[in-house]
Amino acid sequence: MARVKIDNYAYRDMPRLGLRGWLRWIWRQVTSMRVALILLLILALAAIPGSVLPQWPHSVSDTQAFIDEHEFWGPLLDRLGFLDVFGSAWFTAIYLLLFASLIGCIIPRVAVYWRELRAEVPAAPSRLDRYAPVTETSPLSPADAVAAARSELTGRGPAPWRWLTGHRVRVDERTGPDGAPQLALSAHRGHLRELGNLVFHLSLVGILLSVAAGSLLTYRGQALIVEGGSFTNAVVAYDTYSAGALFSEDDLDPWILTLDELDAQFEESTGRPTSFTAYATLTEPGQEPREVEAQVNRPIQVEGAKIYLQGNGYAPSFTITDSEGNVAFEGAVPFIPQDDVYTSTGVVKVPDVTEGEQMGFKGTLLPSALGEGADAISIFPDAENPVMYLQMYTGDLGLDEGVPQNVYTLDESQLSPVRDEDDEPVVLELTPGETVELPDGMGTLTWNDLPRYAAFDLRRDPSLPWLLGFAVTSLLGLGTSLFAPRRRVWVTAPTADAADAAATVVTVAVWSPPHDQGATLERDRALAAACDRPRPASIPPEDDE
Amino acid sequence: MTAQSLSWLALWGATALYAIAMVASSMHLAKVADAKVAAKKQRSLVAAGSQDATAGESAASPASAFRRADVHSKARGIARSTMIMGALLQGVGVVARGIEAGHVPWSTMYEYTITGTWVAVVVFLVVQSRRDVSYLAPGVTGFATLGLGLAMTVLYNASTGLMPALQSFWLVIHVSIAIIATGILTVGAIATVLQLMRDYRDEPLSAVPTGGLRRLRVRWRNANVRILKGWNWLEGVPSPARLEALAFRLHAVGFVLWTFTVMAGAVWAEHAWGRYWGWDPKEVWSFVIWVIYAAYLHARTTQGWAGRRSAVVALIGFVALIMNFTVVNLVFQGLHTYSGT
Ligand code: HEM
Repeated sequence: MARVKIDNYAYRDMPRLGLRGWLRWIWRQVTSMRVALILLLILALAAIPGSVLPQWPHSVSDTQAFIDEHEFWGPLLDRLGFLDVFGSAWFTAIYLLLFASLIGCIIPRVAVYWRELRAEVPAAPSRLDRYAPVTETSPLSPADAVAAARSELTGRGPAPWRWLTGHRVRVDERTGPDGAPQLALSAHRGHLRELGNLVFHLSLVGILLSVAAGSLLTYRGQALIVEGGSFTNAVVAYDTYSAGALFSEDDLDPWILTLDELDAQFEESTGRPTSFTAYATLTEPGQEPREVEAQVNRPIQVEGAKIYLQGNGYAPSFTITDSEGNVAFEGAVPFIPQDDVYTSTGVVKVPDVTEGEQMGFKGTLLPSALGEGADAISIFPDAENPVMYLQMYTGDLGLDEGVPQNVYTLDESQLSPVRDEDDEPVVLELTPGETVELPDGMGTLTWNDLPRYAAFDLRRDPSLPWLLGFAVTSLLGLGTSLFAPRRRVWVTAPTADAADAAATVVTVAVWSPPHDQGATLERDRALAAACDRPRPASIPPEDDE
Repeated sequence: MTAQSLSWLALWGATALYAIAMVASSMHLAKVADAKVAAKKQRSLVAAGSQDATAGESAASPASAFRRADVHSKARGIARSTMIMGALLQGVGVVARGIEAGHVPWSTMYEYTITGTWVAVVVFLVVQSRRDVSYLAPGVTGFATLGLGLAMTVLYNASTGLMPALQSFWLVIHVSIAIIATGILTVGAIATVLQLMRDYRDEPLSAVPTGGLRRLRVRWRNANVRILKGWNWLEGVPSPARLEALAFRLHAVGFVLWTFTVMAGAVWAEHAWGRYWGWDPKEVWSFVIWVIYAAYLHARTTQGWAGRRSAVVALIGFVALIMNFTVVNLVFQGLHTYSGT
């Protein structure tokens, strides 16, 4: 019985299949292939809303604004998962179904492939007329002619290469369609293509599994380091921290990163950033400290993790004394840049005063100030003429309630702005190195200097090497599967008139999918070998139709 | 002359040359169509046993001997030379832009367009040097004229430095392969459009049924088939089967390159943003495009989908490719929005 060929889906010209073959063929193609195709189209369609509608994972504020704006549609779309498409149940269902279909399809194909590799190739069809055969008279004997064609078709070069690129061949002695005895060679090629196809699809499964494993084993955190400051890798040290279900905090390596300098370069004329580099010192447990560098596209590598330079800004450092003359606050405070010229805002909280109310300051920093007072603006991102405006508050900072507070905003519910004689809020204006007296003898404030800070994003994802590996194998598999040819070549030579060795009539035919340009060349080469002629070198020009 | 004005002049020159090439290659295609119809007629005369002297002459050559390469016309020479000169000029324009900008010329929409259309023309010329695919020339030059014209008039912006996120080896790899893939898939889409047009042209008109909606559909279809039957130049393009084979080869190469583009993009994102995939609009669309072309490859080998339906899937993929480059760049917000300005 003819066996099922993996690759004869839509080409009608293929050798006939038996009943079991047909059933299998129907099972494999009508169910899996069509289902796979339709699932792929649905997957493409389902992904599109994720680019059109605001998505929770991208921007909480945009998404919330969208819901608020569209009273009816907003909550409905949210409920249906359209505002988190790639985490929604239906999107997950589609790709899981697709992968179920893929696995259900690929496993039997691996088995079939394995069996096929070890079985002999099917015999040549008894009539070659359907395959546009070419015929030529060879000076060789039938046995020699077929043997020459065979060695041409089995391929060249060392063993694995020959096996991969050549044909699998069988030769039968049989009775031809005209009743005369003949030698019939059947050569099949396509096992490399099918191998590539299987590798490709299996790699897709590998990619999916790696992504899943990665999300369980990953951790990620954000930390901000001021120039001169350092950071120790521990959960408490992060500003934000999140980890996959299977990652244990005990696995964090306690290395220390010290930021020596953040170098920011801007184009002189436009102020556009040209480069950011964080120069740092990394001390790993049990090792000598080493100098490291992070740039936007070049993370620092630490044992299993990567540290990305994600942002930067200014962290002005202050010394504040209270009415008693004691130092109530000393340190650098990160300000958040608000625009391209690094106009930055931040707050200073002074809870530890010896006597009286707590103090708070809302600050605006202009790195290169131009203009006076309220009209001043910054014209360049570098600190060429830094000026700071601080608005002062007194009262209760609200730090004692145990509610975690945002370090970048003041909770003004129990604070009131300090006012001058004209009942205007007091705004302190100062430059680096300057000390100002606080109103009403509340103390002094000194702006010491203006270091920069670097915002780092830290991430460990042990699945990355696996992902990369599967990506590479899938690409190789894909290329092989699309470009390795799939061909059948058949050679027949009648043996009846073997006595007349100088006149063997060799017939060669080939089958291949219509897009295969090289098939005719393969046929002509087999014929040339059988007729003891030199190998034709290139593809003959095609006729038009 | 500055690099900027050199680039500007060269690109306008290329646009004009492509426009000429488009007209000339269309005229040549019409001539090929006529010659082919004439050859067919003669063959059938011979087959009918006519002993007419001229027919006897042509019968000496085998029945399948019609070769488009044998059809000579002035238009063919003009089309060929204007196209090659256009490609050379455009090459100068693209390189000059790169020199002017001080980085690879594919970091804004304008640069992407001038480089992408150039790649499409070069892909065509490379294929053309191996086998005669001059029937694709009107489509390719038309696309290039339109793309370049739009780039010069609407998308043009003065070059600027690169923002830090774009200064990477991966920009060069990721984007250059994306552009090459786009160029190849464009030529593939043109072949696919011709395939569908040829295919429907060869169809008989269907009888109009009485049912309401189906009636409309059949009418619409018949109207289109009738238009296609009126376009005799379509005789000049190869059979649908041949066009599909060519389109497949182009799509296969384009798909592998697109796969690489997506992967290189993920590597780059990993380096720059600390995550390899974030479903940013650009990433969503790259994924959608990839999935549609994967569906096309499956459709080709699925019964009932091979041929026309898979061709339609490929064209949907191409529409998504163009969307990714236009609408997604201009409308949607995301980390990739560098491309607009
Ligand atoms: C995650 C879903 C899938 C993706 C992304 C995918 C992708 C692809 C791609 C890109 C190709 C063309 C390249 C090649 O020939 O290797 C291909 C081919 C193929 N796929 Fe899939 N596939 C998926 C699922 C499936 C499923 C479920 C089946 C089961 C029927 C399947 C069966 C095949 C077959 C038989 C071919 C070879 C077609 C040929 O002979 O050219 N695929 N697939």
